[in-house]
Amino acid sequence: MTKAEIIDAVYEKVGGFSKKEAAEVVEAVFDTMKDVLAEGEKIKISGFGNFVVRAKKERIGRNPQTGAPIPISARRVLTFKPSQVLKTVLNPHRTREEEEADARGSSY
Amino acid sequence: MTKSELIDAVAQRTKITKSRAEQVVNCVFNSMTAALENGEGIEIRGFGSFTVRHYKSYHGRNPRTGKPVPVPEKRLPFFKVGKELKELVNGGVSEPGE
Repeated sequence: MTKAEIIDAVYEKVGGFSKKEAAEVVEAVFDTMKDVLAEGEKIKISGFGNFVVRAKKERIGRNPQTGAPIPISARRVLTFKPSQVLKTVLNPHRTREEEEADARGSSY
Repeated sequence: MTKSELIDAVAQRTKITKSRAEQVVNCVFNSMTAALENGEGIEIRGFGSFTVRHYKSYHGRNPRTGKPVPVPEKRLPFFKVGKELKELVNGGVSEPGE
């Protein structure tokens, strides 16, 4: 699925927008999310998941070809943690016990 | 930021009503959820991509009791941040060696 297909879905399912307007609003959704994450703030979309900016300390990595140690500088990275609802949608045939075992933390 | 705050921000930014913005935001995430449910990946240029990863069943352990527990096979969504957003999050700096 591409952004163009998401725009089509908004155009067809929400209705009342021209294609151009649907495109503008969908762009605004992702642009807003980008701006917020660039500020280091997290985004929680209930039913979908959380986008979290994490600060990583400097650490020593290795050149996998030569084995030579190289410092990896401190940086901020973005991670996505899917919600339990989304995980359940992807695994519809799992039993309740399996869900509960995962909710206790074995899955992530 | 929560989903309702995202809806408010989108309404302000595009000058549409909150209820219209809510319909759009819900439609966006519902479409994305449906794609992932069908095992389809999602690619949003400049933002990132989502893929569905399949994990085989394995024997795990209850970390508290040490008791072995079978973990059934499962599918999990995986997000890979796009280059542009990766740099934005890191203060506009692209890191060498990636």
